[in-house]
Amino acid sequence: MSDAEVLPYGMPYERQTRYDPPAALLELQDRPIRPIRYYPDGVEGWLVTGHAAGRKVLADPRFVTGERFTRSPTELPHVFVSITDQVPPGFFLFFDPPEHTRLRRKVTGVFTVKRMKELEPRVADIVDERIAALRAAGPGADLVREFALPVPSLVICEMLGVPYADRAAFQGNSANMLDLSLSVEDRNKAMAEIFGYLIDLVPAKRANPGDDMVSAFAADPDLHDVEAAGMALILLVAGHETTANMLALGTMTLLEHPAQLERLRAEPGLMPGAVEELLRYLTVAHNGVMRIAKEDAEIDGHRITAGQHVTVALHAANRDPGRYERPDALDLGRDAQGHMAFGHGVHQCVGQQLARVEMRIGFAKLLEAFPGLRLAVPSDQIPMRSDMAVYGVHTLPVEW
Amino acid sequence: MRIEADRQACTSSGMCALTAPDWFDQDEADGRVLVTEPEAPDGEPAVTAAAELCPAGVIALR
Ligand code: HEM
Ligand code: SF4
Repeated sequence: MSDAEVLPYGMPYERQTRYDPPAALLELQDRPIRPIRYYPDGVEGWLVTGHAAGRKVLADPRFVTGERFTRSPTELPHVFVSITDQVPPGFFLFFDPPEHTRLRRKVTGVFTVKRMKELEPRVADIVDERIAALRAAGPGADLVREFALPVPSLVICEMLGVPYADRAAFQGNSANMLDLSLSVEDRNKAMAEIFGYLIDLVPAKRANPGDDMVSAFAADPDLHDVEAAGMALILLVAGHETTANMLALGTMTLLEHPAQLERLRAEPGLMPGAVEELLRYLTVAHNGVMRIAKEDAEIDGHRITAGQHVTVALHAANRDPGRYERPDALDLGRDAQGHMAFGHGVHQCVGQQLARVEMRIGFAKLLEAFPGLRLAVPSDQIPMRSDMAVYGVHTLPVEW
Repeated sequence: MRIEADRQACTSSGMCALTAPDWFDQDEADGRVLVTEPEAPDGEPAVTAAAELCPAGVIALR
């Protein structure tokens, strides 16, 4: 890179269409990794848009999350930035090995492929209940409110042992935590409120334990109460907004791609692959994941210096033409394996096998229950979650 | 080919057990990989895919 080169400022985030990453971001795919200037002060960091380069960075222990993130690749503060002025103990996304390993392994036994298979009947019951609620709400009902948000929320609350009746205490706050249009202070306040609720829940569970994760954390001599609450916090927040948005935006995507939808209706066996393709195509974690270089590191011939921020644009990596043929086409029959919608490396999503079960059952039952499902308003009137940490739709009025 | 997995560095993603269940399972306690069948036909697609998908890069095929 010559000194004369003017570095692009930030990661483009303004979308031109509902489903595709910003055109200006995809234009940057000519170089899988490049220096960019970060907000707010213009300091140089890196942007990764390539699939292979993204995997390299995220698998490399020199790129860490345990440092303080002070900058953002967009004008809106990155979701990593707001939280890190006070990293809650136990919030293991912001710890590096070996501490990360210690904490993460306390929950991974619950999320294995086998355990999630065993959970399928319970997920199916919850999905059936929410389909009944959607039907009862009548044509014009909001699919986000009646179905997409409650399904993963009920599942994770039950797993954690958080009474769903207390959802008022965390659902709004959880949404605010991930609303990038709010100030960092407001987002931190929202986090502190859910955290406070969970800190009180831990001793309550110890006194009156159930067969659930918070009870297990409370009984673990290796975890203090605040750490136990921090573990519950990340699972609660990460466990419902993400899947909720995949369910709602995924439904809208299917309705707007009728040929693909017909194919899926005709061949239900396509569902597991279709879910992977929707994950790839939509990549709702559309702010990318950030890392900080702990020491100088070379990636594909670029020298990244200690302390620099690196953003892996997962949504761009998932549209890398070097990895996927016709990456901008939704093709439910393609082999989308290896997509980065759940990240890569040691932090790869803990809840991914749960999310897969929720989406496979959720989409299958929704399509079966409503053969005539359609949007109740023109699609350009659907409010998109452009400035949220998790992309999707705010509401999705449907009829059948 | 022979399958080896470094359990120390496994991050319990479950990708191997999802992709090639005839060869991989996960520990009930912490979700770490268990190689249940260490031999696979050379180039077996499911096993090759599991090794490639592993987010921690801990599955070796020899
Ligand atoms: C479709 C739904 C989901 C998507 C797209 C998604 C996406 C992601 C991504 C991209 C990461 C990596 C972050 C990074 O490397 O910086 C991640 C991590 C994480 N996810 Fe998910 N997620 C989903 C569902 C879930 C569910 C259902 C849960 C919990 C029940 C969950 C819990 C977590 C946790 C705890 C982490 C942090 C893991 C660590 O640091 O080791 N996620 N997720
Ligand atoms: S895919 Fe890799 S990290 Fe995931 S469980 Fe298997 S060996 Fe462990």
